[in-house]
Amino acid sequence: MRRVLHLVRKEFLELRQDPRLFGIVVLAPIVQLTMLGYAATTDIRDVPIVVVDEDRSAASRELIERFEASETFVIVDTVSSFTEIDRYLDHGDAWMALAVPADYGERVRTGRPAQIQVVADGTDANSTNVALGYARGLANAYARELAVSQGRGTRPAISADIRVWFNPGLESRVFMIPGILALVLLVVTTNLSSMAIVREKELGTLEQLNVTPLARWELIVGKLVPYAILGMVDALLVVAVAVGWFEIPLRGSLALLLVMCLVYLLSTLGLGLFVSTVSRTQQQAMMTSSFFFLLPMVFLSGFIFPIENMPVVIQPVTYLIPLRYFLVILRGIFLKGIGLEVFWPEALALLAWGLAILTLATLRLTKRLA
Amino acid sequence: MKALAVASKEIRQILRDRRTLSIVLFVPAFFLLLYGYALNFDIRNVPLAVQDNDRSSASRGVISAFVQSGYFALVQDVPSSLDVVGVLDRGDARAVLVIPGGFGRDAARGEPTSLQFIISGDNANTATTVMGYAVGLVGAISTRYEMQAGVVAPAAPLLTAETRVWYNPELRSTYFLVPGLIAYIAMLTAVVSTALSIVREKEVGTMEQVRMSPVGPFAYVVGKTVPYFCVSLVSSMGIIGLSMLLFDLPMQGSWAMLLLAVSIFLVGALAFGVLISTLAETQQVAFQVALLTSYLPTLMLSGFIFPISSMPVVLQTITYAVPARYFLIALRGIVLKGVGLEVFWQELAALVVFAAIVLSLASLRLRREWGMGG
Repeated sequence: MRRVLHLVRKEFLELRQDPRLFGIVVLAPIVQLTMLGYAATTDIRDVPIVVVDEDRSAASRELIERFEASETFVIVDTVSSFTEIDRYLDHGDAWMALAVPADYGERVRTGRPAQIQVVADGTDANSTNVALGYARGLANAYARELAVSQGRGTRPAISADIRVWFNPGLESRVFMIPGILALVLLVVTTNLSSMAIVREKELGTLEQLNVTPLARWELIVGKLVPYAILGMVDALLVVAVAVGWFEIPLRGSLALLLVMCLVYLLSTLGLGLFVSTVSRTQQQAMMTSSFFFLLPMVFLSGFIFPIENMPVVIQPVTYLIPLRYFLVILRGIFLKGIGLEVFWPEALALLAWGLAILTLATLRLTKRLA
Repeated sequence: MKALAVASKEIRQILRDRRTLSIVLFVPAFFLLLYGYALNFDIRNVPLAVQDNDRSSASRGVISAFVQSGYFALVQDVPSSLDVVGVLDRGDARAVLVIPGGFGRDAARGEPTSLQFIISGDNANTATTVMGYAVGLVGAISTRYEMQAGVVAPAAPLLTAETRVWYNPELRSTYFLVPGLIAYIAMLTAVVSTALSIVREKEVGTMEQVRMSPVGPFAYVVGKTVPYFCVSLVSSMGIIGLSMLLFDLPMQGSWAMLLLAVSIFLVGALAFGVLISTLAETQQVAFQVALLTSYLPTLMLSGFIFPISSMPVVLQTITYAVPARYFLIALRGIVLKGVGLEVFWQELAALVVFAAIVLSLASLRLRREWGMGG
């Protein structure tokens, strides 16, 4: 145990010697969380639209008013002919065009069905999809209102009484920030630990460590403990920013949250160590962790894109990603205020994942050093 | 040509490192395949739990309307005695439909009644879409009963919105991924790899030898960066080629324009990598700096994943300093819209300005580091 402590001290000394790295490791997560906390919003707001009003009647103006008044859309310009919208969409000055045909006012006045046209730029498929949904909803609601005001419709016999739980304001920030916390921890700890052993290899000091009386597990524990401590400091800082600055509700237990962070660090550090044992240079380690681990974690963990939305063939792949489990746990603790009694399967899976990757890394390292 | 000698050394080193090479050349294509299929923006089969307190033919009709819409998949039947709280807590279902007792009787008479629909709002985006589905379905069911009860006459809705999507009519996720993925790879190979490969020479001590040799700093930097430039260029073209083959990505614009845009972006990125290398003494620091200043901004602040127009104003201002922002607009313009320089010359100009600024900063730092004054 003393030997492990010595190694831990050596690692800390090395970290201290490089004050720039030390500063980055403490500051980076806060900067990242603050920046991403604001950037990572999937709420669609202020979508620039161009309006083609071929009708120019009171009725068409009232309809356009509806779009203008909604927080989702901002009208950047009004043109008089449909062909003019090409320019706006091509240049990206508007994402959407709303076209009101010349006979719109006449049809609405006489109670005949009217049609408006919405043209959207599909290059950012994700946002467009959501914005189109808003546009349809807005048109539907307005149609019903028109019908009622003309006495042609009634209030619907069956109404939908909709309630949103956990996040009544439907703010994406509440959903994204726990995920960003997990991502920031992953980026910092995996990258640091993935470079830890390769660095000694590149500099040739691994040989020296090899001839010391350190056992393999001692070497690994000694290497990882400093990063685990740094990771926990980061976790505390990031949780403080999330709760204190972004006012994300922490409905569950803080102690449980920190314990789960520690379990999660097992897997991120183990992953880094594993990458370290299969790489020859730090460049290689960085490429391996960025492509094979970071990108899949962003896209396939449910961080941004819901897993239930993926094709059934792809869904099993997501079980291989530790972030998947940690996200359920984090969002559970933050938003739902639930505990282990609900998410014990995820907690168990996360723990198993961490232990498995650590064992694998230890085995690989033993083989390499032997 | 001393630069040539450095380049051939770097190329040999890259070729020896088979894994990094194949990661840069082939793995992006593989992931494009995986993500192209995995990311689906159509929300379907939302797990739905139902609590039917009426158990009449009318309530069963409502449930089957929800299931048959294709938007919902029935995962659980919650008994009347049980609270629906647990279902959403556990995440077994994303939404719960509660049908009140006496629903069938009221509906048949055309009396006002309501269906309760509870959505888990944790993912705001999905929740909004699901809410839209539910309102639409309930509206349709309501109209049917109103007609049966003779309250309204069948009529077409007064106002319908016909929607059309340009450039990507099926809203395919591949089209949205391709430009972003190219920017991501360029950032990794150009910025991070270049920075690490130079800092490594410092760390391992071979930099001293290089400085002692007759190779000047500029020949050295050119030799170091040209191989990464080629690798990134091949990788980007590979991604576009593969997406055209597998996902019918339309290549609307001109290839020459595409090459030009990618090249300008790469020059800026490589210069940035050199700049970082002059600021760091260890690869760990170089990597963390690259991560903060180029890697994460490319992923998160470029408009790749999150729309810039939805960000707060302060952050929108910051995005002007992210070169990937301009690159994405130019790339989407060339590949998907088929527009030319007259549309995105401003973006290209911004990329040129970025490259020029970073290049001069990098050469300034480099002169100082090589002890050439400045």
